[in-house]
Amino acid sequence: MENKVKRELPDDLMNKMDLKPFETTEIGHPEVKRVAPKVRVTTGQDKVVASLDDVIKNNLKDGMTISFHHHFRNGDYIFNMVMDKIIAMGYKDLTLAPSSLTGVMNDKVIEAIKKGVITNITSSGMRGSLGDFVSHGGLKNPVIFRSHGNRARSIEEGEIKIDVAFLGVPVSDPAGNANGQDGDAVFGSLGYALMDAQYANKVVLLTDNIVDYPNTPASIKQDQVDYVVKVDKVGDPDKIGSGATRFTKDPKELKIAQMVNQVIVNSPYYKQGFSFQTGSGGAALAVTRYLRQSMIKDGITASFALGGITKPTTDLLEEGLVRKVMDVQDFDKGAAQSMANNKNQQEIDASWYADPHNKGAVVNNLDVSILSALQIDTNFNVNVMTGSDGVIRGAVGGHQDAAAGAKMTIITAPLVRGRNATVVPSVETIVTPGSSIDVLVTERGIAINPARKDLIDAFKNVPGLNILDIHDLQKTAEKQVGVPKPLEYTDRTVALVEYRDGTIIDAIKEVKD
Amino acid sequence: MEIKTTAVAGTLESSDIQIMISKGSNGIEIDLESEVKKAYGDQIEKVITETLKKYGLENAKVKATDKGALDCVIKARTLAAAQRATETQDKPDLEVL
Repeated sequence: MENKVKRELPDDLMNKMDLKPFETTEIGHPEVKRVAPKVRVTTGQDKVVASLDDVIKNNLKDGMTISFHHHFRNGDYIFNMVMDKIIAMGYKDLTLAPSSLTGVMNDKVIEAIKKGVITNITSSGMRGSLGDFVSHGGLKNPVIFRSHGNRARSIEEGEIKIDVAFLGVPVSDPAGNANGQDGDAVFGSLGYALMDAQYANKVVLLTDNIVDYPNTPASIKQDQVDYVVKVDKVGDPDKIGSGATRFTKDPKELKIAQMVNQVIVNSPYYKQGFSFQTGSGGAALAVTRYLRQSMIKDGITASFALGGITKPTTDLLEEGLVRKVMDVQDFDKGAAQSMANNKNQQEIDASWYADPHNKGAVVNNLDVSILSALQIDTNFNVNVMTGSDGVIRGAVGGHQDAAAGAKMTIITAPLVRGRNATVVPSVETIVTPGSSIDVLVTERGIAINPARKDLIDAFKNVPGLNILDIHDLQKTAEKQVGVPKPLEYTDRTVALVEYRDGTIIDAIKEVKD
Repeated sequence: MEIKTTAVAGTLESSDIQIMISKGSNGIEIDLESEVKKAYGDQIEKVITETLKKYGLENAKVKATDKGALDCVIKARTLAAAQRATETQDKPDLEVL
């Protein structure tokens, strides 16, 4: 079957898994029903246990779904510690449903797949050796990729039913009141893990830092927690986020960032109390810096900044240029540490952040989002999932959610990367549909989605903003790098990409080598 | 044109290509390593082969390590390596250039 963005989807899998093809970015007003976790009632007096083995043995059965969060990023010790035990104990047919998978987890996931321990995966993304392994057909069942907002929705509606959540925290009290802000391995917001804590049947906290009761602020609350397991070390603080975020010196990225700033300040949304979300790439960080200068010059302050947060953003908060930071995740140490010191840096869970099926997520209050792309095509469809070789090396993250929610979504991308064109006739994998993308900014100029006539009018007389047809940008890129030979895939589907409402927007095939 | 010595041109920097040319007897034999081999491998080999033939070389072993170079770079590096391998860098063939 073909979906509304003209992607051919595998009928057998779609029918077997009872999935629906993507139709529209409009969510409408469906009535949905949420599920509730099973609760084993206790007074909570004896949650602290020494043996992780016993916790696993007494709570995990073959065929169950386990989850983890990725807030420790590449400094995570929890995932490999728990998986080593699960593999050694000989479990089979588990579904792995983490908020995302980071590089440090890759080899362990591959080992678990090879031994039949993990047979299903849903994640925001995957990279490196694991992406390569899956793209070459290493996992029998297709991986389901979900955005952060969609994972929250799927958990609430029971499409992801977590049996046991293993959640690492840098601090907890003996009853399970925990946060990500105190201790050695702080990562700031626990945003993604809060879904697991609320909806998993069993919640196991792992920490190297048990403090006196009661521990506040309590992001995860004692009434949600079954066990508190003391471990030696939850993570490597130096690898959780990049240390000090450096300002890019790449002239291409600086030029793009300057143009993005031009687009923002000349848009109808740039006024007192506007709001924005930026990513963590070099250009995005530079945008924050240019935007700061413009805001000071124009005497404009923002009501809030949203998303994955970096230090340049918390600096704006300290300066009073941004009134609130709505924080689901922190990308660097500065942003993580700032959370503990600043009451205007509000921790938000993934549902509050971006869930399409609730009573209004923060992304819907967003004026401007600045997002990146591995590829963007002449219909403005964006790929952040597969490389130009067709191999999985990315993550949906909050891309679909921020694009759908923001009044103006800007994609920043260099026209080419090495010999690979970024602006292409058709992206390898559609992750975010072009109907939710408004402006593309490249170093050669900007392209505006033809549906946004208001933005074309707003930008057409701005000096220094070179407005081009996206087809012309695509041809310029092609002239530079040549026409690539089409990639070859087998018929086998290795992954399905969901849109935020759970419909299927694209299928990823096994690459042929 | 005769290959007198094994010669190299180019670096392993991003967007460059390193070309090493040595004596061969079986036409132009190219051993290509590239991250964009699937999409551009044929095109890269075509540019190298055409450049060498234009320079009058019919037999050569070529080891090419590509880091995403554009055709103009591939041509320039191939020519430089060919001049060095044939020890003609002092009298470049202006026709080919």
